[in-house]
Amino acid sequence: MSTALLQISANMQRGDFTLEVNAAWPLTGVTALFGRSGCGKTTLLRIIAGLEKVSGAQVSFAGSGWQTPHQFVPIEKRRVGLVFQEASLLPHLSVTGNLLYGYQRTPDALRRLQPDGVIRMLGLETLLQRRVDQLSGGQAQRVALGRALLSSPQLLLLDEPLAALDTQTKREIMPFLSRLASESAIPIVLITHSPEEVQRLADRVVFMRDGVIDEICDLQQAMARPDSPLFADEGPATVLTGVLSEADEQGVRSFGVENARLFVQTPSSDFGQQSSSSANTRLRVLARDVSVALDDPQRISIRNHLQVVIQQIHELPDNRLLLTTRLADGQHLLIEITRWSALQLDLQTGQTVWALIKSVALVR
Amino acid sequence: MFELGQAEWQAIWLTIRLCFFTTVILLIIATPLAWWLSSGRSRWRVAVQAIVALPLVLPPTVLGFYLLMALGPRGFIGGSLESVGLTHLAFSFEGILIASVLYSMPFAVQPLLESFNSLGRRPIEVSASLGANAIDRFFTVILPLCKGGFIVAATLSFAHTVGEFGVILMLGGSIPGETKVLSVLIYDYTESMNYQAAHQLSFLLLAFSFFVLFVVYSINRHFQVTKV
Repeated sequence: MSTALLQISANMQRGDFTLEVNAAWPLTGVTALFGRSGCGKTTLLRIIAGLEKVSGAQVSFAGSGWQTPHQFVPIEKRRVGLVFQEASLLPHLSVTGNLLYGYQRTPDALRRLQPDGVIRMLGLETLLQRRVDQLSGGQAQRVALGRALLSSPQLLLLDEPLAALDTQTKREIMPFLSRLASESAIPIVLITHSPEEVQRLADRVVFMRDGVIDEICDLQQAMARPDSPLFADEGPATVLTGVLSEADEQGVRSFGVENARLFVQTPSSDFGQQSSSSANTRLRVLARDVSVALDDPQRISIRNHLQVVIQQIHELPDNRLLLTTRLADGQHLLIEITRWSALQLDLQTGQTVWALIKSVALVR
Repeated sequence: MFELGQAEWQAIWLTIRLCFFTTVILLIIATPLAWWLSSGRSRWRVAVQAIVALPLVLPPTVLGFYLLMALGPRGFIGGSLESVGLTHLAFSFEGILIASVLYSMPFAVQPLLESFNSLGRRPIEVSASLGANAIDRFFTVILPLCKGGFIVAATLSFAHTVGEFGVILMLGGSIPGETKVLSVLIYDYTESMNYQAAHQLSFLLLAFSFFVLFVVYSINRHFQVTKV
């Protein structure tokens, strides 16, 4: 059986902006549309949603034509959930009224999500009686997410859902989005210009620039290139996926398979609710938080030591080197060190060394 | 002071009927028109906007003259009606109703256009994505959120039609029960030097108009205050 695809082709010229896209990607997990503002991400999303009727464009969702030369399925028939930068709640309705607006318009047979479950997942219990203008930005955005989910969409389109929020509020919403990404079976298209959001949430990245798609690849590939645009903010990093065990008495949880096992001290807040083991967890390791040792040092505060094989050595500016290494389970780990220390240790490709990981972040 | 005779009551009733039907027809026409104007990328938009606003600047006699030409027995519309066995529309209630709709059009379109503009497209996009079709969106999103605009449009259309005179005189003449509305009756009384009768009707209209504008401005203020 072939995988269901989202296919889109569009050519348009508006003023001095040109969009030229012909692409397809699988309808699984989270696909990030990544690029600078003004590169056409939002226009592409609006064409997929059916909010922008560009003549000649074609959109097909899992084989059914949403826009073809012969037909244009209106947005209300596409069953897409939309969340914008601003929560865009309907101001004349209460929180409950907003949450149920789409739910009430979804036929019984198509309702896959129920209000109770969504309200619990997004922590909306205490907000239900509020008026919309009494919500904070983060709360409003959670209600907007819930509202979209309750219409049981076939596709969730998120247009920079965190961009308008302050750092604190972002931190408050991120876990909900992460949970949504890993728990809901709904394919998601996420527009973002934040590398961190891509690394946390995306399974696949669509790189856009000046109205064209440069490349579509999965997150691992996107983060394998030393010069990946995803490293713009915090430098090279690695996202490792694996199974997270239950927490022991000290709140420490183990991650990954036998020979590539990491230990994570879980923060009490964000993921406190899910202290049981969970599959498909993501750890993010910044390349500069990893050091290299030739032997396994025992008397050291860093507890995460992994044996890795150096596969590539790449020059970075300012006399720094980026090592691409392979873990025992086949995943890659990027390590950033200075040229001087590489010389001192005489590091070569193919060599087996110990990676000492100073800190890891549980991102999803 | 107020002693309204049969002629006065007839004119009042006629005026109310004219204003009522004008308002209903205008709301039906102006709503989609204003929506189109507010969403418009069309290059016809500016031209249509100018045409809608014409009655604001034209002397009513000009509008009345052309309508008389078009709706009269030899006119394009009146003539066609005659040829299929109907009567032409000059000097008839239907004729001045058409004239009133055109004449008061800007007063219905403008407030609606403003409130649609301030509503923006987002609430509509959201409700559409949640499965609401066009009619559903109109009643559950546009109408409740643009309530103020609709009230102002209806009130102004009604009131402005009450104040119509020149167009009606040109097109409808002064036929009791058919086209002799209050403003025309006042004119007739003044012509025949019956100042007492003209005065009490004039005062009535003055009071009514003040009341309407007072209501409109307080609604406007109210909606500006609650707008977020």
